[in-house]
Amino acid sequence: MAGGSNEPAETNGSRPRILVVDDDAALAEMLSIVLRNEGFDPYWCAYGDKALASFRENHPDLVLLDVMLPGRDGVDVCRDIRGESGVPIVMLTARTDTVDVVEGLEAGADDYVSKPFKAKELVARIRTRLRRLPAVVEEGEADTLLIGDLTISVDGHSVKRGGASIALTPLEFDLLLALARRPWQVFSREVLLEQVWGYRHAADTRLVNVHVQRLRSKIERDPEHPEIVVTVRGIGYKAGEPVRA
Amino acid sequence: MASVTRPASPSAPEAAPRSLAEPGAASTRTARLLTRLRPVLSSRWWTQPLGWWSRSLPLRVTSTVFVASVVVLVLGGFLLMQQATLGVLSGKRESAGNEARQAVDSAQAQLNATDLSGEVNVDKLLYDLAFGFASRSGGNEQYQVIISARGQTITSGDATADSIPAALRTQVDAGSDLLMTPTEVVYDDDRPPVAGLVAGSALTLPGTGRYAIFLVFPLTQEVNTLAVLRYAVVSTGAVLVLMLTFIAALVARQVVVPVRDARRAAENLASGNLHDRMRVRGQDDLARLATSMNDMAAEMEKQITTLSELSQVQQRFVSDVSHELRTPLTTVRMAAEVLHDARDDFDPVSARSAELLQTELDRFEVLLNDLLEISRFDAGAVELSAATVDLRSIVDRVLDAQGALIRAYGVPVSVHTTGDTTAEVDPRRIERILRNLMTNAIEHSEGRPVDVLLAGDADAVAVAVRDHGVGFEASQAKQVFLRFWRADPARARTVGGTGLGLAISMEDANLHGGWLTAWGRPGLGAQFRLTVPRRAGGLLETSPLPMAPRDLPVPAIPAMEEPGTPTRPEASADDTPAVLAGASPQGRGLS
Repeated sequence: MAGGSNEPAETNGSRPRILVVDDDAALAEMLSIVLRNEGFDPYWCAYGDKALASFRENHPDLVLLDVMLPGRDGVDVCRDIRGESGVPIVMLTARTDTVDVVEGLEAGADDYVSKPFKAKELVARIRTRLRRLPAVVEEGEADTLLIGDLTISVDGHSVKRGGASIALTPLEFDLLLALARRPWQVFSREVLLEQVWGYRHAADTRLVNVHVQRLRSKIERDPEHPEIVVTVRGIGYKAGEPVRA
Repeated sequence: MASVTRPASPSAPEAAPRSLAEPGAASTRTARLLTRLRPVLSSRWWTQPLGWWSRSLPLRVTSTVFVASVVVLVLGGFLLMQQATLGVLSGKRESAGNEARQAVDSAQAQLNATDLSGEVNVDKLLYDLAFGFASRSGGNEQYQVIISARGQTITSGDATADSIPAALRTQVDAGSDLLMTPTEVVYDDDRPPVAGLVAGSALTLPGTGRYAIFLVFPLTQEVNTLAVLRYAVVSTGAVLVLMLTFIAALVARQVVVPVRDARRAAENLASGNLHDRMRVRGQDDLARLATSMNDMAAEMEKQITTLSELSQVQQRFVSDVSHELRTPLTTVRMAAEVLHDARDDFDPVSARSAELLQTELDRFEVLLNDLLEISRFDAGAVELSAATVDLRSIVDRVLDAQGALIRAYGVPVSVHTTGDTTAEVDPRRIERILRNLMTNAIEHSEGRPVDVLLAGDADAVAVAVRDHGVGFEASQAKQVFLRFWRADPARARTVGGTGLGLAISMEDANLHGGWLTAWGRPGLGAQFRLTVPRRAGGLLETSPLPMAPRDLPVPAIPAMEEPGTPTRPEASADDTPAVLAGASPQGRGLS
């Protein structure tokens, strides 16, 4: 899983590699200037149909993906990349009110930034996605957590049902971990946005909804009747009761 | 919306006119009046049939035809009977007259021929005469003969002498002409008297004198004929009335059914089912009506489709423009940020230019977003995502977010809550409205305090933002919601509004089924009031808060709870900031 490669990059000296997929040359160049300035290593790809090849070639730590692309639609590109990697994907979208956002999120994008964005805002989003939750064992916390019939290894970044491990993207792992760490707490969407996505002000709760759906489709036995990520009507979500196999 | 045209005089009585100005007051009064009238109305038995009468066209047509045909047939039958009676009677009178003359003449001749030489039994003679006539008149009893002679009466049949009117008797005694008069024939048995004719004349028997002879013609047959005729007329009339009514009902139905179809089709069209068409049968007027209706529906459908296509094209265009504008704007904005961050290394002119570039780009972006939002409203592409929230929490959030602006203007802001202020609203839109109202209030406050009043009643929750700044003319209370409207075009624009804020707020309020009203007076400040129904989709009748501020005149505020509030607006200019700044800023109840 490519998700294993996005360790806090700043700490180990090498600059995080960011693939920018956008057909607008001026914006791409401007993004490159800003990103390089902020200590990232940007690569540019202008065509949707060449994005996957560029992704395979450059092994980026994060992908910035425009929705409208020549050659291949950004949502499809997102799905392609997600098909073979859990690397964080941030969509760049010009339309906040259409189905684009939801489509992009459903295709596997972790987050989105709507144009026109501020450079600082974008950099903050990128850093949040690269940083990850503190995935070290907290004081007084066991290395393994139980949620439903799943076993989460906090150190090992892995989720297992019985002996079989389930592949999650880093974001989905963070979401599950946030719930599992406080099984007694009901998380509102806003709290999850803050803890998992790093939004300090109210943001688009569709992010949470879509990613909970994606997470459920991977971990629940029956996504229609979830037992691990349980909906609390009118409030949010909570972890299901641990079940000893 | 009830516009308050109350003069700005501070001493004007406040409470009474304001309660009347509330939009719901009039309708409440009407409702109360109706409640009082209802028992009276329902006790009238005719209200129900009257309702049917006014609602049902076939009933109206049928009953009109029924009444009209009854009148016509009664009149016609009456006339017919009269004519028939007259005809029958005059015929009978004529034939009776002829017969009587003949009979009298032959009686006279018989008397004249009588041999009077011997002892004549006059009584016997007259008796024979009478019976002779009676038998001559045949078994069918055409007439009966009554002869009065010398104090005694000889009758040939069962009709008594009472059948002869006294007047006729006298006239016959006086003259010798044959006289005829209608009478009532009285029988000597139990039979009821019948109408009849009686003819009277005098017979002379030489030597013995005059005898009155009367011929009684009972009209039994004629009366029977007329009775049969009357029965026939009445029964035919009744049947005719029924048939006519039935036919009228049938015809009315025939007309009304297609008309009802047309009505149903029109209602369907009105409710948006543009595909509905009427059935066309035949080629009559109703069929043509159906055809016209269908043509109209088709035309409407075409127009509406065209319009909606146009609107889709426009929406698509706006969306595309947004995308096309946003990508270069992102680039420009990032470039401006880079320049702005590096401005310390520039010469003063370039540095200031970088700053201006940055701030104006912010404004440009806000304007672009506002324009897009307005175009979304225009395209009808907005929907309410309602959630139950406490409006107080939204107010707190807005104040929190605007802390910097509030501090920059040095405006004391206080919030007063009364009652339950939770409502089913779209929090994002309500926040946008309140943010906008707060920004306006702070920017126009001129440093004087701003009050935020929240109140809830059973059906509605209201938030009013009151400032004591420059205010505006009462006539501008509607114009402030117009797009790009500016209170004073000559006034320099220092604060960066797009001119669309209140227009968007109005659209947001309308989307909730709520009200957004403005009140302002030059020098007295302004108050903007947002009222939303407590439940999404609810209808507003009244607002828990008045449209005009409560702090204007003396009696509006109980002295106990608001000791520091100025009683006169003039006083507020200087006193208020100090007073309110000292008061607890949040959560005080305002009854």
